[in-house]
Amino acid sequence: MVATEQYVGSPVLRKEDAKLLTGQGNFVDNQSMAGMVWMALVRPPHVHATIQSIDTAAAASMPGVVGVYTAADLETAFPAALPMVWPITEDIKIPTHWPLTKDKIRFAGDAVAVVVAETREQAEDAAEMVTVSASDLPAVTDLEEAATDEVVIHEDLGTNVVVHWSHGGGGDQSVFDSAPVIVQERFTQPRLIPNAIEPRGCLAYGSPAAGEFTLVSATQIPHICRVGLSIATGVPQSKLRIIAPDVGGGFGSKLNVYAEEALALALTRSIGRPVKWIETRPENYVATIHGRGVLHDCTLAGTEDGEIQGMKFVELADMGAYFQLLTPGIPELGGWVYMGPYDTKAYWYEFKGIITNATPTDAYRGAGRPEATFVIERLVDAYARRIGMDPADVRRKNFLPPSAEAFASVMGLSIDSANYEPTFDRALELAEYDQMRKEQQARRDRGDTKQLGIGLSSYIEMCGLAPSEILGALRYVAGGWDAAEIECRPDGKVVVRTGTSPHGQGHETSWSQIVADGLGVTPDDVEVLHGDTSVSRLGMDTYGSRSASVGAEAVARALEKVRAKARTIAAHELEVAEDDLEWTDGAFRVSGAPDKARTIPELAASAWHAHALPADMEPMLEGTAVWDPPNFTWPGGTHICVVEVDTETGKTDIMRYVAVDDCGNVINPMIVEGQVQGGVAQGVAEALYEEALYDESGNLMSSSMTQYLVPTAVEIPSITQDRTVTPSTTNSLGVKGIGEAGTIASPPAVVNAVIDAVSHLGVSHIDKPASPERVWRAIRDAQGGAA
Amino acid sequence: MIPAAFEYARAESIDHAIELLGGADDAKILAGGHSLLPLMKTRLAQPSLLVDISRIGDLSYVREDGDMVAIGALTRHHDVANSELLQQVAPIVADTASRIGDPQVRHVGTIGGSIAHADPAGDMGTVMVALGAQFAISAAAGATRTVAAGDFFQGLFQADLAANEVLTEIRVPKTSGGWSYLKFNRRAIDWAMVGVAAVQQNGSAAVALTNMGETPLRAAGVEEALAGGADPATASARADEGAAPPSDAFGSAEYRREVSKVLVRRALEETLG
Ligand SMILES: Cc1cc2nc3c(=O)[nH]c(=O)nc-3n(C[C@H](O)[C@H](O)[C@H](O)COP(=O)(O)OP(=O)(O)OC[C@H]3O[C@@H](n4cnc5c(N)ncnc54)[C@H](O)[C@@H]3O)c2cc1C
Repeated sequence: MVATEQYVGSPVLRKEDAKLLTGQGNFVDNQSMAGMVWMALVRPPHVHATIQSIDTAAAASMPGVVGVYTAADLETAFPAALPMVWPITEDIKIPTHWPLTKDKIRFAGDAVAVVVAETREQAEDAAEMVTVSASDLPAVTDLEEAATDEVVIHEDLGTNVVVHWSHGGGGDQSVFDSAPVIVQERFTQPRLIPNAIEPRGCLAYGSPAAGEFTLVSATQIPHICRVGLSIATGVPQSKLRIIAPDVGGGFGSKLNVYAEEALALALTRSIGRPVKWIETRPENYVATIHGRGVLHDCTLAGTEDGEIQGMKFVELADMGAYFQLLTPGIPELGGWVYMGPYDTKAYWYEFKGIITNATPTDAYRGAGRPEATFVIERLVDAYARRIGMDPADVRRKNFLPPSAEAFASVMGLSIDSANYEPTFDRALELAEYDQMRKEQQARRDRGDTKQLGIGLSSYIEMCGLAPSEILGALRYVAGGWDAAEIECRPDGKVVVRTGTSPHGQGHETSWSQIVADGLGVTPDDVEVLHGDTSVSRLGMDTYGSRSASVGAEAVARALEKVRAKARTIAAHELEVAEDDLEWTDGAFRVSGAPDKARTIPELAASAWHAHALPADMEPMLEGTAVWDPPNFTWPGGTHICVVEVDTETGKTDIMRYVAVDDCGNVINPMIVEGQVQGGVAQGVAEALYEEALYDESGNLMSSSMTQYLVPTAVEIPSITQDRTVTPSTTNSLGVKGIGEAGTIASPPAVVNAVIDAVSHLGVSHIDKPASPERVWRAIRDAQGGAA
Repeated sequence: MIPAAFEYARAESIDHAIELLGGADDAKILAGGHSLLPLMKTRLAQPSLLVDISRIGDLSYVREDGDMVAIGALTRHHDVANSELLQQVAPIVADTASRIGDPQVRHVGTIGGSIAHADPAGDMGTVMVALGAQFAISAAAGATRTVAAGDFFQGLFQADLAANEVLTEIRVPKTSGGWSYLKFNRRAIDWAMVGVAAVQQNGSAAVALTNMGETPLRAAGVEEALAGGADPATASARADEGAAPPSDAFGSAEYRREVSKVLVRRALEETLG
């Protein structure tokens, strides 16, 4: 079929949804195999303890049990420990992280043994029968306490302070002493649990005789898993296939190479039967990575009339008990956006990574950038309060000037393009900012028990991970490129193989819109394949808002190769020079004689039967591209939240939420809107509800969804959205990325609004999440302790 | 998340249920399962036998009984919420049921299960205490007895209900005056962090509290103050007298005490106009 519609830029319905919404998805847990056995992990009720002995005899004699294995039993299965691929400094101290711990338990959830049984129930029952005798050690989950090294968690490292990374600063550092106004604030951000709707799980199978294995895993990163699991298990990359089937969300929690994946592979290799594991939700809360968990000391230097001169941030970041794949690199990722969208002259950022007796942290939606944006935007509000200026005026005064070209930033990297003020103005307009301020004043004047607060958050983020050369300079071990293959079939259909690995982001739809426009077909004619290392051979997967700006750009580049070849065949068949052809109405047409034409489906058939191709041309109409971006992309925007706070109970209700984002050109506006909605929902959760709390002995108290407050649709406001468009200069599509924007922008917008609602009562600080009790205490304390 | 192994039996009648319950050491009644199954999945409860009463046909009803309304123990929260009779003559019961959990919970959970479970954070128990409801209980050998709500709740998850007894009917008095059930929680789906039920009774009000102790509590200090002529603002200052609220991830005991005072005042203002 020949299509002439322009698909890029229109809200094409997601082709992924029909099967997902009708229960025809194919998730790991939908899959089972003949002869399959189940794996269950033994996670003893200790937080920090030296293991004396592990007794597996009772478990081994339970019905259906195939085997019970401790680290000692699997000594030869793992030639290397689990991979950490971002040793960000030369002198970083790296805790050894085996799939099963050997001598010590270092956090609640650290597994000491694995049971394999015929059924899942038998495996769980037997896991309960493994007894561990261990002597408890004092546990530390508090960052500052861990940093004192009173309790050292990895004795061989000699300290919990395992890494110290400094950006090194930009601009004149003396402003931090000499500026007329110096604002200093300390902000803590709790640990968060990512809560993908589908927990982790995997199914490993293969042929020990051939040494070939396949792992089906709920992962965001099949290609990176192949490399990491090859290192951990010794299965060569050439004999290891990773399949990410339908994956029910990740938010960074599946951007990892996990112990259970390595164990399932090692066990299928030794047992010779397919091995399956499905994580339970309580297990997910302790054994899947957490996010955030940071403490910042912040300084803003400025003038009395609102000009920001310097911004300085010193951070302690909770690494947890071990490093996972990227753990120490996450704070550093934020280290490039601590200036926000502001034209500060001086810049400083450094952090120390601290080992604690808690679940390892790693990338959680936004990864480093929400942490940064939260403290910047809280600090700017504190500055505005100090000098008595409207926080909107302070922001407007300090935005970086607009630029359609890339320009150097004070933090040392180059920003692809920028235009923050129109985005900001549109947000103020949609929020009816001036009217809200009047309403706020009226309520203050009448001493209402329901006070109004307005919170602003202007942000910039660094997306499109990443230019390989810069990654190398930052000591990341892999590259940041991505790849695509396009194959035009003789029936007019098109197969695209992408190196990105969508798990909710709608790449099948967006990528097919790009290809449809380039080939004059419809998105339904295009099949986008992904998530299987034997199908999409090359790729670096999906995270860090990279898929459109790196992966879709690779598709666009492969598309150009296909079109060039198609044009050559068309010129040959129509017996004209290539220059005499125009691409109009979905076909190559002879200039001046538009009826003489060839469509891509026609040319695909010619290239397939190959009966009469130009001399020396290879058959098949196909193209491949591997693309390494020259720069990151830098989306930005402004979010505004209006809340009502009950001053008697401290409870917050969101009245209005406005998000105006600039993610460059938009491929599918409906998908972009959905990404912002989901991102804001997660950010509202972070601002008002979610917090992983540990008790004094290091046990996770927020151990289920009853105590860890994931908000529901009832708590999430409807969001008014708009966009401005400042195309990226990094890629030909002009796209910047939108997957994390909502999560980055929203927490400070909401918390700033809550503080604003009660600031006239003397409140200037409330920690995140701004729970009713925290707000109530802040008001009470500000009023001198009287309730 | 995988319960320990258990046996399952479906009861055909109340007597059959009692017989089945008597036949095992550690049997439990299964009604809607929305309190029991979560406990079993985390293995906090490991009953050897589940006696499923949910198919006993004649235990789901709402009907008038003189100046009372009788509610069958198996009536789902959804049906309680949507009963026109309750909406007219005991609206606090219907309204409270409509705010338990989420639609899924309300379509499966039962009023009898809610009350028998004796969770101090449950909403229905508090409303029953404020109303002075009566509970009908069947025991072995055809024996039956009736217990007042105020005597039924004995401690944390402890009720005046033996292991081989079945709660069959809940009887609530008709009300004609003002009423209010205020539920303070972080998320709409959550149990009450603090809840307050107030029902007008001859010019004064009966007041009971959710999650302010080990059982639903009568706010005796408030009732006494009101009887002595105090206005809601003054009376509500005594809301937490005799209470022993928990401290947990949702809020500290100190905070719950303060919230209970605010809620009692607001509930009384609604109830007494
Ligand atoms: C997500 C979620 C949110 C919830 N939110 C709320 C809320 O906001 N407010 C609230 O009040 N509740 C809430 N609940 C609890 C809900 O109301 C339950 O349905 C109710 O507490 C138990 O009723 P059930 O029929 O499911 O009982 P079951 O779980 O089947 O049984 C509970 C207990 O009572 C016993 N039992 C049940 N029926 C009888 C009987 N007739 N005679 C004797 N013993 C019996 C059982 O043996 C068991 O010990 C929530 C539950 C969930 C899962």
